[in-house]
Amino acid sequence: MTETVNGVVFAILAFASIGGAIGMLTTRNVMHAAFWLLEVMVAIGGLFLLLSAEYLAVVHVLVYAGAVSVMMLFVIMLSLRRREDAVRPVDVSIGGAVLAILFGSIVYIAIAQYGDRVAEMPAEAPDTAALGELLFTRWALPFEVASLVLLVAVVGAVWWSREVDR
Amino acid sequence: MTGPLAIIVPVLAAIGLMLLNGVVLIYMLRKVLGHLHLRIGPAHVGPKGMLQTVADVLKLLSKEDVRPAGVDRWLYVLAPIFVFAPSLMAYAAIPFSETLRITRLETGLLYTFAVLSLVPLGMIMAGWASANKWSLIGAMRAAAQQIAYEVPLLLSVLPVVMIVGSLDLADIVAFQTGMWWGLVPRWFILLLLPSFVLFLIAALCELNQTPFDMSEAESELVAGFATEYSSMRFGLIFLAEFSNSFVMSALAVTVFFGGWTLPFVPESLTAPIAPIIFVAKTYIGIFFLMWVRGTLPRVRIDQLMNLGWKWLIPAGLAWLMIVGFVVKLAAPGGVV
Repeated sequence: MTETVNGVVFAILAFASIGGAIGMLTTRNVMHAAFWLLEVMVAIGGLFLLLSAEYLAVVHVLVYAGAVSVMMLFVIMLSLRRREDAVRPVDVSIGGAVLAILFGSIVYIAIAQYGDRVAEMPAEAPDTAALGELLFTRWALPFEVASLVLLVAVVGAVWWSREVDR
Repeated sequence: MTGPLAIIVPVLAAIGLMLLNGVVLIYMLRKVLGHLHLRIGPAHVGPKGMLQTVADVLKLLSKEDVRPAGVDRWLYVLAPIFVFAPSLMAYAAIPFSETLRITRLETGLLYTFAVLSLVPLGMIMAGWASANKWSLIGAMRAAAQQIAYEVPLLLSVLPVVMIVGSLDLADIVAFQTGMWWGLVPRWFILLLLPSFVLFLIAALCELNQTPFDMSEAESELVAGFATEYSSMRFGLIFLAEFSNSFVMSALAVTVFFGGWTLPFVPESLTAPIAPIIFVAKTYIGIFFLMWVRGTLPRVRIDQLMNLGWKWLIPAGLAWLMIVGFVVKLAAPGGVV
């Protein structure tokens, strides 16, 4: 029973995330693209939840859907001068195509190399406290590096947007 | 209850509660604001005007659903649902009593914030789709406000999480039951008053409540992002707004005011009426919000941004560090 229910939920979420990604890529309206991206993020949060990673799912929704998407929409709305500008013409660029092929081949190689490794689910999902402990002991250095990178980004943004005396 | 019924019944109950809240809160808002303005509010339909909201709901349902010609069709239709769904989801983790809740989540506190953080996305969607300058400005303000105030809101409850050691709302309430030295309730508002002040300011802003209701400032933006909506679509947006203030107030009650418990009264007496106590406390919180709304003038958007980024976030971080040191220095198992 649970197996079937999980399977159905997984199918819906997987369809939603991949379908959303396709929708994001194919739409010509940047606002629609941003909302498709939001849908993908929520669906991925659902996938985390399906893996009993409750904390991860909630934080994913909070950060990516709740904050990053708002930021993105905000930037789009600020930068569009006219409403009609939201709809972009189809832009075929060779550089973009090369990048896409490069990325696609890397992903393909990675999957071909390690794809058949299916991780065993632990019998019991670790709780939030265990996750926090792991984050601040074993993964303390990567964690701190990540926060430093973000700090640099913030300082850079402030410097970039400061008022210049002309 | 087992099987699908155990899932469907609580969800229907949440929808029912939400609708009921909407009707009651609109009446309450009109009456409270009326009396604050030295008027009497609705008085003609039903005893003391009590049926006024019911009549308004019927009117709203029977109105024509107008869709302006220039709108972004899909987003325009989706937006009210996007505003409504998160505020319904937010009921999932709120504990009305020891047993009465939809589900118990290990990360209940974070979950509620995460879900509430989706509400402005619906507002942005509505504002953009309406193809109206007022709507768009309202939506932009909502987005800016949201980014600025989500951080202090989360920072304000972190000290509580640090002391309790859990994100589970039921654990937070359990920590607050009983008294210190048999005299003082163990409520977090008494222990962490600065946290509550931060929470209150940030929550007012998250709810788009006066003095921070720039995103729908009636005198300048008509109705903000909801300007182009009519009939039940407008009703959904309106309902979500009232529901959000209920959820936020319930969260404040849970985190800072001991949830479903009462001080000075033995638990054997309060246990049977725990949900009533909880809802009563929540309504007192909502009354306070309305009181603020009827009293304070609206601030300017730049003042709002300055307050958020330059005062609330640093204050929240500083307070968090102080609490962290105290928790660490005190005996293992918290400050008590």
